[in-house]
Amino acid sequence: MRPLTPPARNPYWRLLLAGFRGQSAYPLATLAGLVANATFGVLKGSIMGAAVESSGGELAGYTAGSMAAFVWLGQGLLGSVNLWGGSDLQTRIKSGDVAVDFLRPVSVQASHVLTDVGKGLFGLLPRGLPSVLIGVAIGGMVLPSDPSAYALGLISLLLGIAISHACIYAVGTSGFWLVESRGVAVFYMSFSGLFAGLYTPIYLFPDWLLTLALLTPFPSMMQLPVDVLSGQVTGTGAWQHLGVQALWLAIVLAVGHLTTRAGRRRLEVQGG
Amino acid sequence: MAEPEGGSPARGRQTLRAYRAVVASRARSQASHRASFRMDLVGALLVGLIEFGEIWVLYSATDQIGGFTLAQIMLVFGLSDLAFSLADLVAGHCDNLPVYVRAGTLDVFFLRPQPVLAQLVTSDLSLRRIGRCLVGATSLTVGLVLNDIDWTAGAVGLLVLALACGFVIFTAQFVTAAGLQFFLVNGAEMTNAFVYGGRYAATQPPSVWPRSLLVVFGVVFPVAFAAFLPVSTLLGAPGVAGLPGWLGWCAPVAALWAVGVAALSWRWGLRHYRGAGG
Repeated sequence: MRPLTPPARNPYWRLLLAGFRGQSAYPLATLAGLVANATFGVLKGSIMGAAVESSGGELAGYTAGSMAAFVWLGQGLLGSVNLWGGSDLQTRIKSGDVAVDFLRPVSVQASHVLTDVGKGLFGLLPRGLPSVLIGVAIGGMVLPSDPSAYALGLISLLLGIAISHACIYAVGTSGFWLVESRGVAVFYMSFSGLFAGLYTPIYLFPDWLLTLALLTPFPSMMQLPVDVLSGQVTGTGAWQHLGVQALWLAIVLAVGHLTTRAGRRRLEVQGG
Repeated sequence: MAEPEGGSPARGRQTLRAYRAVVASRARSQASHRASFRMDLVGALLVGLIEFGEIWVLYSATDQIGGFTLAQIMLVFGLSDLAFSLADLVAGHCDNLPVYVRAGTLDVFFLRPQPVLAQLVTSDLSLRRIGRCLVGATSLTVGLVLNDIDWTAGAVGLLVLALACGFVIFTAQFVTAAGLQFFLVNGAEMTNAFVYGGRYAATQPPSVWPRSLLVVFGVVFPVAFAAFLPVSTLLGAPGVAGLPGWLGWCAPVAALWAVGVAALSWRWGLRHYRGAGG
């Protein structure tokens, strides 16, 4: 085997790359995802556009152009964040394969999260970028003119993807206690989309619902990155968004770490 | 591959009995894991409630969208969601076809003396989807109460017709998707565009759509006929500009068209299928 340079020798870096590359093996699946994504985008774009129009051109701070940006950036992120609640870990706990993961000389949490983040990052190329292009071409999406929106937006985007997969991992560890954690995934899925701002911006919510949403990590996965990336929130507001995201990333990683440690002692794999 | 057709009435009864026995056994097997079944039911109910929540948030944030108020759209949402949930209960399992194709399980279906489609449909009956029906039915009921409806025999007839046609349209789309899966396999998500995209589209007023969407979801996959057009005929509400108000009565034509497309897609897909052996 050829000698590797230091970063390439790091197992975690390689897991991230493997996740990224693994996704590129299914071009048809990627195209299919894009077609479904774009159809939903056009439907969502027309209803949200009509909602802005019927409120006199401005709804909860959104104009027609910025609403289109919200819709298409959100659609573009769908391939990179996990809002449906299921995970590889969940399947591996149920089948008992997770015992093998514990035998490996790498952190179970880090390897699962990094592989998924790698997949998520890959998703930006075939699903994220085309969604933005479609949005600009036919959706009437307005791109921000301020370069700092792109720089901060990119950081916010990375944080959002990391939070999503770290959170899914933490949720998946519930399988150490439940074995069959499908119910948890369904529960997760019901709230994640609504609170992440997949359907409508969370700023359209009545106050009590908005407060409730802001107490969860879900807005940090999609709504906040979209705010920053679209230039809807700039300056201090954007930095505040990044701070909230960093806090949530620390929380979900810590929870995942603790549940992995506790769950490992609970784990009982039958057969052999 | 030709599918066995029920020839004489006696044969038809026999097929029906076999179908009933299979479905009953699936139902019993699911209800026997009570805790898990209850959780599934609650989960399905929750997903439906949240979906209604989205509509509620959107129509509460603004007075009307595309000429429809929250009360009016509740009728559209209820009707289409109920029809879709019923179709999902019956044919939703078609979504698993790519899994069967990849695993080779589908080959077994060809050996049994029942049509492949009937076996696919009965291969699993997810009773938890009943939870979803409740959300649609409730929204429909509330919508019927909130709106000022002239309760003539025609109105009742239109509602029943719309529900039946909506069910047929959505079921046909599941089958159309299944037929296409024989070609797509790894690209299974492509059909989500019209199956689940169609469900989403059916809850929207088409008056806000660009022309391309009107063609896709009004004609090719005619979900606009499942709820919106019958409801706008019923309420005498403004439908789509330039189209007549009685269009809601044409739902059976749309349903027939959807069934035709589904039959073609399924036959075409089945003929294309080559088992991997084994």
